[in-house]
Amino acid sequence: MSPKTLYDKIWDAHVVHEDTDGTCLLYIDRHLVHEVTSPQAFEGLRMAGRTVRAPDKTIAVPDHNVPTTAGRDDPDQMPEDSRIQVAALDKNAKDFGIHYYPVSDIRQGIVHIVGPEQGWTLPGMTVVCGDSHTATHGAFGALAHGIGTSEVEHVLATQTLIQKKSKNMKVEITGKLMPGVTAKDIVLRIIAETGTAGGTGYVIEYCGEAIRNLSMEGRMTVCNMAIEGGARAGLIAPDQTTYDYVMGRPHAPKGAQWEAALNWWKTLYSDDDAAWDKVLTIAGESIEPTVTWGTSPEDALPISALVPSADSFQGGKVAAAQRSLDYMDLKPGTPLKEIAIDTVFIGSCTNGRIEDLRAAAEILKGRKIKEGMRAMIVPGSGLVRAQAEEEGLADIFKEAGFEWRLAGCSMCLAMNPDQLKPGERCAATSNRNFEGRQGRGGRTHLMSPAMAAAAAVTGHITDVRELV
Amino acid sequence: MDKFEKLTGIAAPMPLVNIDTDMIIPKQFLKTIKRSGLGVHLFDEMRFDDNGDEIPDFILNKPQYREAQVIVAGDNFGCGSSREHAPWALKDFGIKAVVSTSFADIFYNNCFKNGILPITLPREAVDVLMKDAEKGSNARMIVDLEAQTVTSSDGESFAFEIDPFKKHCLLNGLDDIGLSMEKVSSIDTFEVQAAQARPWV
Repeated sequence: MSPKTLYDKIWDAHVVHEDTDGTCLLYIDRHLVHEVTSPQAFEGLRMAGRTVRAPDKTIAVPDHNVPTTAGRDDPDQMPEDSRIQVAALDKNAKDFGIHYYPVSDIRQGIVHIVGPEQGWTLPGMTVVCGDSHTATHGAFGALAHGIGTSEVEHVLATQTLIQKKSKNMKVEITGKLMPGVTAKDIVLRIIAETGTAGGTGYVIEYCGEAIRNLSMEGRMTVCNMAIEGGARAGLIAPDQTTYDYVMGRPHAPKGAQWEAALNWWKTLYSDDDAAWDKVLTIAGESIEPTVTWGTSPEDALPISALVPSADSFQGGKVAAAQRSLDYMDLKPGTPLKEIAIDTVFIGSCTNGRIEDLRAAAEILKGRKIKEGMRAMIVPGSGLVRAQAEEEGLADIFKEAGFEWRLAGCSMCLAMNPDQLKPGERCAATSNRNFEGRQGRGGRTHLMSPAMAAAAAVTGHITDVRELV
Repeated sequence: MDKFEKLTGIAAPMPLVNIDTDMIIPKQFLKTIKRSGLGVHLFDEMRFDDNGDEIPDFILNKPQYREAQVIVAGDNFGCGSSREHAPWALKDFGIKAVVSTSFADIFYNNCFKNGILPITLPREAVDVLMKDAEKGSNARMIVDLEAQTVTSSDGESFAFEIDPFKKHCLLNGLDDIGLSMEKVSSIDTFEVQAAQARPWV
């Protein structure tokens, strides 16, 4: 048998039908659904007289557009357009009999945090969702990627997707990480090297000692941003860390099924002599705490760097960099550490899990946020929130001056009222720093939770290693 | 789905690289539960100022480009979110084809579901077509899907590659779901086999 990558193995296990030109019908094991990209798909089903083929494999949760303030389970507290979308999801979940976590349920949260937390996401699965950050689930060695609404409708109706296979790319992070360096810094560094289109046409497998040493939560942070590097999906081979995380979760297999699953999961790795279409290797020791200065995730630099000038780039990037500098109101040559911040957002499917909150709390313990700073922590799920309260983290945040919110996507995409005003500058643990992403005219610097917490304290972008 | 065969139309030049889906359709317009009516919000934050007035310098606000049917764009067009509202907005505005050196994966797939043709060409070809698009409304670009060519107003023609299945669906306006439903017996068989091989799924 010819050697295979992890991606090859998962792909082969899910091909329902292959045409002579290589177009495949791929079976989907888990379909995650949220309120913003699904209403039109359900409407399409109804109009065509179709139904959901596998409701037991379909899981819905409202997250993108829900308020994160108290009292939100009273529909009258929601803005009208949010209420309509959430009501549509409520109705669709009920009408089609799919699993559902409404806002009133403690298990509600960001769909990419809820899936793994509840054990819906398992190694070797195919997982899709009408959201680009579905790549998150790749941390389990699941083939997971975002789809558009037409494809959501296709999966609802057929439990399959029409797909052509992507190419294989390996990103290896060797050695150990330096103190203060996190999964977020790894992935920002990778995107800085590949560019936002460097992964286009590929599925990336992240490997190497530094990746192996990450917790499941850190692995999710890395895979989450595979899409920011342009890749269809990111993958990390499952290992003991994965099995330990999955075991005992509500929808994880139990008893004899667990043993059977484990036997298969242990075959899910890239063979030693598997062929790669592209390889990138980065020394873990060389990664510094990393932040973005511009309006593309590829505009990432080590904290010790200076804001670059537009003419240090080439081709179309020169004009784009100048536009970014103007939009961000930054002068070339300014040390990143001197950029003043007025808003801090800690949360999102990238960094809204318990370990992220612990990392922020470690910095914030006994400290106060800078006067005039608006700072907000939005846990990734109701269960993360409850755990943070139990561990005393919530008290640390509140004492430091942070707002302590309910779970949702919040200011990562700013669909709900959590937004930046024009000219505001935010240290954010989310995944995109596009123009207007966090609110029209708002400026976003991406970084890790510990770095964002440090910026909240000092009022400017800060090397977290100076605060520990 | 609408068919795409051949079009002759105005092309708007947008040389900026990494035009993302937040630029194409900002999130405040994702609160709709419909597919229609998004064209007025296409490129909203680039097209309108804080008062909602048109920004005259923005390409699609210029008189010669208001009827554009093609966009010639910088690298990596459509990166970011999976929102299909981006192709919905483009289509509703009247854009039927986008030319670039590269497209983000999800956006690229979403275009085909909505009768929009994304065309990937080498940089040299995109540079020529960008210059051609800068000529404004007197220049007409020809996009021929059957022949797989884009032709500038000067008659310079560039051949592009496209997946044969995607081409077939677009030329005939075929509904993916209908096509896949024809394979329902294969799906049934797969589910039975998978339930035995991986009963925990």
